[in-house]
Amino acid sequence: MYDAPSLERNVDQKEIKFSARNVQVYYGDTHAIKDVTVEIEDNTVTAFIGPSGCGKSTFLRCLNRMNDTIDVCRVEGDIRLDGEDIYDKRVDPVQLRAKVGMVFQKPNPFPKSIYDNVAYGPRIHGLARSKAELDEIVETALRRGAIWDEVKDRLDAPGTGLSGGQQQRLCIARAVATAPEVLLMDEPCSALDPIATAQVEELIDELRQSYSVIIVTHSMQQAARVSQKTAFFHLGHLVEFGETGQIFTNPVDERTESYITGRIG
Amino acid sequence: MTDASLPENSAAAPAHRSLNTVDARTRKRNRAEARFRAYGIAAVATGLVFLVILLGSILFNGVGAFQQTFIKVPVYLDPAKLDKSGERDIEAIKKVSTFGYTPLIQQGLFDVVQAAGIETPLAKPGDMKQMISPSAAAQVRDTVIENPDLIGQTVDFRILASSRVDGYLKDRVFREDVVRDKNIDVEHLDIVDGLVAAGIVVKEFNLTFITGADASESRPEQAGLGVSILGSFFMMLVVLALSLPIGVAASIYLEEFAPKNRFTDLIEVNISNLAAVPSIVFGILGLAVFIQFAHLPQSAPLVGGLTLTLMTLPTIVISTRASLKSVPPSIRDAALGVGASKMQAVFHHVLPMAMPGILTGTIIGLAQALGETAPLLLIGMVGYIATNYPDGLASGFMDPNSAMPAQIFEWAKRADPAYYERAWGGIIILLVFLMTMNIIAIILRRRFERRW
Amino acid sequence: MPATWLVLIVLALSAIGYVLGRQRALQNAGGDSRALHSLPSYYGWHVALMALVPATGLLAVWLIAQPLLVENTIAGQLPDSAIPESSTRSLVMSDVRRVADGLDLAVSQGAMTRDDAATLRSEFTQVRERLAEVGVALGSDVNAAVLSAAQDYRSMSRVGNLMMTIAVLAIAALGFVYALSRTDRDFRARNVVEQGIRALLVAAASVAVLTTLGIVLSLIFNTLEFFKLYSAWDFFFGTTWAPSFGGGSELGVLPLLWGTFYISLIALLVAVPIGLFSAVYLSEYAPGKVRSVAKPLLEVLAGIPTIVYGLFALLTVGPLLVQIFGDDGVGIMQASTAVMTAGLVMGIMLIPFVSSLSDDIINAVPQAMRDGSYGLGATKSETVRQVILPAALPGIVGAILLAASRAIGETMIVVLGAGAAARLSMNPFDAMTTVTAKIVSQLTGDADFASAEALVAFALGMTLFVLTLGLNVFALFIVRKYREQYE
Repeated sequence: MYDAPSLERNVDQKEIKFSARNVQVYYGDTHAIKDVTVEIEDNTVTAFIGPSGCGKSTFLRCLNRMNDTIDVCRVEGDIRLDGEDIYDKRVDPVQLRAKVGMVFQKPNPFPKSIYDNVAYGPRIHGLARSKAELDEIVETALRRGAIWDEVKDRLDAPGTGLSGGQQQRLCIARAVATAPEVLLMDEPCSALDPIATAQVEELIDELRQSYSVIIVTHSMQQAARVSQKTAFFHLGHLVEFGETGQIFTNPVDERTESYITGRIG
Repeated sequence: MTDASLPENSAAAPAHRSLNTVDARTRKRNRAEARFRAYGIAAVATGLVFLVILLGSILFNGVGAFQQTFIKVPVYLDPAKLDKSGERDIEAIKKVSTFGYTPLIQQGLFDVVQAAGIETPLAKPGDMKQMISPSAAAQVRDTVIENPDLIGQTVDFRILASSRVDGYLKDRVFREDVVRDKNIDVEHLDIVDGLVAAGIVVKEFNLTFITGADASESRPEQAGLGVSILGSFFMMLVVLALSLPIGVAASIYLEEFAPKNRFTDLIEVNISNLAAVPSIVFGILGLAVFIQFAHLPQSAPLVGGLTLTLMTLPTIVISTRASLKSVPPSIRDAALGVGASKMQAVFHHVLPMAMPGILTGTIIGLAQALGETAPLLLIGMVGYIATNYPDGLASGFMDPNSAMPAQIFEWAKRADPAYYERAWGGIIILLVFLMTMNIIAIILRRRFERRW
Repeated sequence: MPATWLVLIVLALSAIGYVLGRQRALQNAGGDSRALHSLPSYYGWHVALMALVPATGLLAVWLIAQPLLVENTIAGQLPDSAIPESSTRSLVMSDVRRVADGLDLAVSQGAMTRDDAATLRSEFTQVRERLAEVGVALGSDVNAAVLSAAQDYRSMSRVGNLMMTIAVLAIAALGFVYALSRTDRDFRARNVVEQGIRALLVAAASVAVLTTLGIVLSLIFNTLEFFKLYSAWDFFFGTTWAPSFGGGSELGVLPLLWGTFYISLIALLVAVPIGLFSAVYLSEYAPGKVRSVAKPLLEVLAGIPTIVYGLFALLTVGPLLVQIFGDDGVGIMQASTAVMTAGLVMGIMLIPFVSSLSDDIINAVPQAMRDGSYGLGATKSETVRQVILPAALPGIVGAILLAASRAIGETMIVVLGAGAAARLSMNPFDAMTTVTAKIVSQLTGDADFASAEALVAFALGMTLFVLTLGLNVFALFIVRKYREQYE
């Protein structure tokens, strides 16, 4: 199963979803992201790897403007989603985030029922015209989150009562429910045990059919397992970006090699 | 896991839309957002407006108390009235009561009015009575008894004007109202206008308000806060001397030594609940235990201090424990590591490091106690007219006295509106004390704040 | 010998003990402090504490116990005939005490000799007049039984005081000698002293328990005393509050409770929305600078003494409301003291209380909740209303309950702002009164402490204490539960 990505890895050109050009990010006086340029394809899992504090999460949070919620954070450069500048003044981050969903490091279900957790996004964005439609959206999302079978009998139970892996899949379902085009995942498995991790990884691979998925991960094995493209970040620089197979077998930059072979990080 | 391979265009998938156009729903949501934010701003603004109104009305109503109307009168100290024997015998002079002095002052004022050329239908010196504070006679008498040689001379006095005259100059008493007032007539106000023009009736800074004693109901112009400030001071001494050591000792025990058992649990629950017991209940406790049971004197600052100590203790314990907790365990480990006993580790290292926090908490607790009124009502510190300065320490603790907030309450209850001004003025003084204490606490905290 | 002198003597003894203990230890070690088990000062402290602590402890206990003992003995000896029909034993005893105090005062002022005071007979002397000379006012003339009881009271107290002096000094000396005799180079002075200090720390911590005990006991005893004079049923379910010191009072607590709840309700209606919205705004929206200015400014409201709010209600808010709702305006408000006046001002006082508690609670909601909501494209207000507030709800309910308990126990604002008439009315512009206001008015009058009209204050205090304590315990329970959820 885990060899599957390498078999499917093909070379036909996919649509470009995100294109970032010369992106700089500052936290106050700290220069966190230095001149990053990258293009991310649709229907692809792209992994961001690198040692702690290399800026991979920061860059991820630029893609749906989550950094806006931090006062001291400043983003420069050009990030385009489907050719539209997402930092344009006319863009409402609320709409952007509906299009670019996000899953976080720690599972963070709201203290509400499982149903309400998933229905939250569709409700605030007005995606359903009736209760029946909402039910359908919730069911679809839970199926996509590969958790429907486990929770369909207890949709009224609190989301916080699920196990860690279930919670994370619930959060993925929650993100999927707003019908995003891109899914950002910030180390989605770091708080999970190996079995739950395997389930989530399998899910990520399936999500690729419908979305462009970007995943930040600490684990090189995970990147190798789930992604088609890999970007290696180091000290705020994007050091290397390419096919996952190529990065792990034949890195161009020696820093990438050092990291992959375990000499830095 | 076949769930994921559902058709692409499920119900949830909307048509592709540009990010650059804000749709109607988002606009609506943003308007709701703006409204919600506006509620928040309105709430904060309302709170701040209340604060401004409160402080504004304190200042507006209270500043007047720091000024008082005085009349500059030359008084002829008639030997025929004050020292009939002519021997300047001090005992004989003392026999003349204030009633003997009143006509002299009235005569003096009458002469001044005549000299200033103010036309008035009031033809007798006795008619001047309503303009002069009843305290003036005592003031003149005291001066004479202190210096009998003045008898026979004409001496310039600065005497208090009556509270109605004072109110007239402070826009508290109006000509229209005076018609119904038997304490003063319109003719007197005419004279006052003339004397103000002549610079004889003046409004000056009133030190007596800060340092003086309370006066009877009929002489608001004489009343001051000084004695009750002393009462508060002695109370705070008691509170400080008891609550600091007891509070710190209790906190040290609970934070550093207490084993986890039912007794210490009981103490903990107790303290957190005591902090929320209404202050009036502490008043009942003080009344029942210190006055009914232990027969300590009523209205004594000692009793007030004891009652307030019990009230302040939980506050001090809570803040002291917080500052003990903020000293990192590594400090204790370091001390224990070089062979200090636990007691030594606490007293030599932890306590000094927590001291700024403890002092800050203590000052804030004291400030709270200083402004507290309700318990003092029950132990008799209200209703007592604080006219005597305590003579000495023992008297300061044991003799009946008032306290600042109790005195303010007392004034607020009196019928004469002239006392309201005094009450507001008293509040200004009280708030100045509280502000000073809080600023000291803030400076202490800033200065010694340590982040671990 | 007065207690102050005793304390001073014991203190002096313990100071000497410190010096001697230290010296003796050093001598025993041949002047070399390294040969001692503990530091020399510990030997000093050992002697000092042994001289001081047991003696002062005994003194404290004695001072509390002796009046009780004397009182009970004298009260027991008082013949039934000495108690007039309209009176009670405790009333007569308070006369006895007053006469005894008066005699003491007379002796100390030199108006009477010690023997005079002891042998005085009411048949021959006008005791009342003689005591009035030294400034002790007695309500009625002193009968023979009371006078002799007072004289017994004095002599018993004198004997007691003498015994106390001897006992305290003996204990102090004993501790001094015993500690000194144990002092030698191998004595573990530090351990003993530390144990002693630990005992003192425990004693200090127990003061909190003693305070609660004192509150509970003084409330219970006096309340029971009250229920002997007045039926508990009538107190708890009576709808009329009409105390009259001549007797025949109606002391129903319901009108007072109604006033208390009505005023608290208005206060909460003012404080909760403003406080809660302020907290939300300051913690979720306000830029750092605004927060750092507005938050402390709002908290100034919490630092202002309640007497200030009382005056503000009486002299500013009340007259203002009368202008609007009084006879010249809407015509539903008679006087400036009213439920609305007190409630409004109390609400202002509670704003910072609600806002800073809610602020803490909102900040305790994990950032992950917010991120999750923002990540789905929720606006801030949606996040606050649908995620943060529901998550913080138990804590906020706790905060509101704590505020309610504050409102119920508040005294000065209602004493000055709410009026004195106890009535069951729905009009918020009527003057009403509260439990706290009546506690004050019943205990500050000239009534005898033994009358139902004064004792009712303790029953009111008991009601108040139980109410606020219940609310607090419940609120703290909720808040703690809520905190555990996120820890």
